[in-house]
Amino acid sequence: MSTKNYISTGSEWNFDLITRYDEEISKIAAEYGLDTYPNQIEVITAEQMMDAYSSVGMPLGYHHWSFGKQFMNTEQRYRRGQMGLAYEIVINSNPCISYLMEENTMTMQALVIAHAAYGHNSFFKNNYLFKSWTNADAIIDYLLFARNFISECETRYGEEAVELTLDSCHALMNYGVDRYHRPSPLSAFDERERQIEREEYLQSQLNDLWRTIPAKEQKKADNEQRFPSEPQENLLYFIEKNSPLLQPWQREIVRIVRKTAQYFYPQRQTQVMNEGWATFWHYTILNTLYDRGLVDDGFIMEFLQSHTSVVYQPAFDSPYYSGINPYALGFSMMSDIRRICENPTEEDRRWFPDIAGSDWIKTLDFAMRHFKDESFIQQYLSPRLIREMKLFSVLDDDKKLKLEITAIHDDAGYQNIRSKLANQYNLSTQEPNIQVYNVDRHGDRSLTLRHYRQNRKPLNQHSQEVLKHVSRLWGFTVHLETIDEQDQLESTQECSVER
Amino acid sequence: MGQIIDRRLNGKNKSAVNRQRFIRRFKQQIKKAVTESVSERSITDMDSGEKINIPSRDISEPVFRHDQGGKHEAIHPGNSDFVTGDKIKRPPSGSAGSGGQASNEGEGTDDFTFDLSREEFLEFFFEDLALPDLTKTQLATIVEFKTVRAGFTNDGIPSNINIIRSLRGALGRRLAMGGPLRNQLKEAELALESLQRENADNNKKEEIIALESEISDLKRRIECIPFIDSFDLRYNNHVQQPKPSTRAVMFCLMDVSGSMDQARKDIAKRFFILLYLFLTRTYDKIDLVFIRHHTIAKEVDEDEFFHSRETGGTVVSSALEMMHDIIRERYPSSEWNIYAAQASDGDNWHDDSPICRSLLDEKIMPLVQYFAYVEIMADRHQRLWEEYELIRENYSNFAMQDIASASDIFPVFRKLFKKQTA
Repeated sequence: MSTKNYISTGSEWNFDLITRYDEEISKIAAEYGLDTYPNQIEVITAEQMMDAYSSVGMPLGYHHWSFGKQFMNTEQRYRRGQMGLAYEIVINSNPCISYLMEENTMTMQALVIAHAAYGHNSFFKNNYLFKSWTNADAIIDYLLFARNFISECETRYGEEAVELTLDSCHALMNYGVDRYHRPSPLSAFDERERQIEREEYLQSQLNDLWRTIPAKEQKKADNEQRFPSEPQENLLYFIEKNSPLLQPWQREIVRIVRKTAQYFYPQRQTQVMNEGWATFWHYTILNTLYDRGLVDDGFIMEFLQSHTSVVYQPAFDSPYYSGINPYALGFSMMSDIRRICENPTEEDRRWFPDIAGSDWIKTLDFAMRHFKDESFIQQYLSPRLIREMKLFSVLDDDKKLKLEITAIHDDAGYQNIRSKLANQYNLSTQEPNIQVYNVDRHGDRSLTLRHYRQNRKPLNQHSQEVLKHVSRLWGFTVHLETIDEQDQLESTQECSVER
Repeated sequence: MGQIIDRRLNGKNKSAVNRQRFIRRFKQQIKKAVTESVSERSITDMDSGEKINIPSRDISEPVFRHDQGGKHEAIHPGNSDFVTGDKIKRPPSGSAGSGGQASNEGEGTDDFTFDLSREEFLEFFFEDLALPDLTKTQLATIVEFKTVRAGFTNDGIPSNINIIRSLRGALGRRLAMGGPLRNQLKEAELALESLQRENADNNKKEEIIALESEISDLKRRIECIPFIDSFDLRYNNHVQQPKPSTRAVMFCLMDVSGSMDQARKDIAKRFFILLYLFLTRTYDKIDLVFIRHHTIAKEVDEDEFFHSRETGGTVVSSALEMMHDIIRERYPSSEWNIYAAQASDGDNWHDDSPICRSLLDEKIMPLVQYFAYVEIMADRHQRLWEEYELIRENYSNFAMQDIASASDIFPVFRKLFKKQTA
């Protein structure tokens, strides 16, 4: 190995070097069969990184005080040295935009390129959730449309009115997704076109729904039949389509928040996989660079140091412990799958007859395309990894005095730990299950939501505040009924609108 | 292969609008924090930003979440000695192992802390003083700087090139770089001359040719030394210096007799702060003198001035006497601009008021730039007020005002302000 083959030595970077690294990394990525959107790599300053942070990773967002709060918080903590900034942010768009921070060393820039521009990028392009829930071609245009629309509303109806509507929508942001239906693809152009149409159509629909003089013979039947006939989980959608008093522009804002929530929905469900995938690939690609003599020992040492701290998993009794590190779990699982393919043990053959000994590149690619965190863990968490991470399960039941260890890393526990951990990443058990149950169409027009309790978990103390937001959007009284596991009505909260 | 873009020169203040919205939305809370900090700050310290704390519950964004309680089952890493079926004591909530996810969702009770910039801070501070906008900008703008020469530097813009220095440097460089070459040239020419002289016709032709080519080579190299190089350039250097202005002293006089309660003192403090800020716009160096008085006057430091409380009667002239003495001893009016602000609730020993008038009239007013008197929440005007009204008629630089609330403070400064802009 001679020095002249190194792409760079030392930690200084410049644009030529970034281009060279990008070339080499893209070659290696192609050899491993990573299928990506074209890349757009942008070098930014720390201040710009803080801006990017506070707009939750959206390259352009509408204006809202909550982003200001986020920004001030980030800025404050960064200035006091309580936190470092992430090395990168990557945006699920086509072309895929990744930000590199100018403070990074050359090694870190190469790591980030491999991680974001090839790892995350290929995940965005190929994972089934991203494919069906987001449209990378349209997102930038849509965000631009949303921002312009909202600032136009601010001019027309006043900043405060818009802010109040946005506040209320943000409170329900996690309830703006149809979990079981595929959304139609986004397109900014069509959005604009359809917006006017939608306004008119919605208003006519509403007029019909809220007709003040119902036909007599219908009334009785109507009263017995609930509306909606089936409970609805997508609160924002229901409000957008059916809320009696919202102005057309307010409905559009509800829709914008709903669409934004939908854009982030796959990210919330694939954190472990997405980070694991990107981390696995930056590790594999940079090691390949080293094996080919393109980078020196200093480079690989610096890389390993930072890689190790990214995938560090403190034990449960460590003061640094704050839950399972998605990078650590994801990276270990991806590497473990490769191991099972390349060097399966007898145990692996028993647990994973399909993949033991198969082509690891194909197997990983399949896993990346067709799973989300929950199913990925359920499918691929191996007994060996459970032993390595020494996973164990703790049951915390408030009716019992003590915590109970329900499973550890032994033969009896593997299955149990695997499904419990998978369940931990199931959004529908992590978030309270709240659905639209009924609207009193002929009485006081009140809206009834139902919270179906799981494992006796109570709602947090904010729920009354959230109800206020719901009733602001609905315009009439809102009830929240809690239904226990025996299907009995347990309690009711109410929030009425003062006029 | 991707496209690489340098975005560093794009604006960095994408979040400025959102930050403003945050501040506007939480105006009430921030204002409260500003008011609290004003009472803790010193008068001279009013001119900087401030760290603001807001209880985080006030600014939280509510969402539906699970609370602790019920049944939670969670997976944790790093088991060392548990076996299935172990029963362990519930650790105190918030610490590791207490139901994983749920404990992370607990609401932090810490305050939300952020920095207000100096402009934002003053904005809030001025708000209930009802200042006209022009005044606010005058107060909030930074002192003007003037540009002065400060030697020479190696880099700068073309318009600042100093020709003499640059050429002098170029000459020196040409001499230094050309010197050895010229010496060699001289030697070669001498050698050539002697060769030609001695052997006019013989066979040393090759040596002559070699020497000739060396000479032409040396000449070329000497010519190649650039007349001026970017390395020679010198630029005039300029630095920003604050505009020099003369010194000022501000006298703060306050009645501290029993009837001046905390509310009155707070208004008095605002009044003093405002005068101080006005003066900092005009003067670089301002001395503050605090004189408090009841029946006798005493010079004190700021802390004692605002926070100690005395009882007893009131003799205003004692403070005026003292001020006059201090001016005579330490602040000759030829060198200092003297400003005075007096705050009182109007109480004075009846027979003392005429003395005050004559003191002001004869001794003090001729020395000072401006004298402002405020009577804070007085029940009714007493003799002191009447006597001071006589002074107001004689001197245009004497202002007096009856103050019932903070918004009355500003009119006192109207005149002073006009005078400065005129």
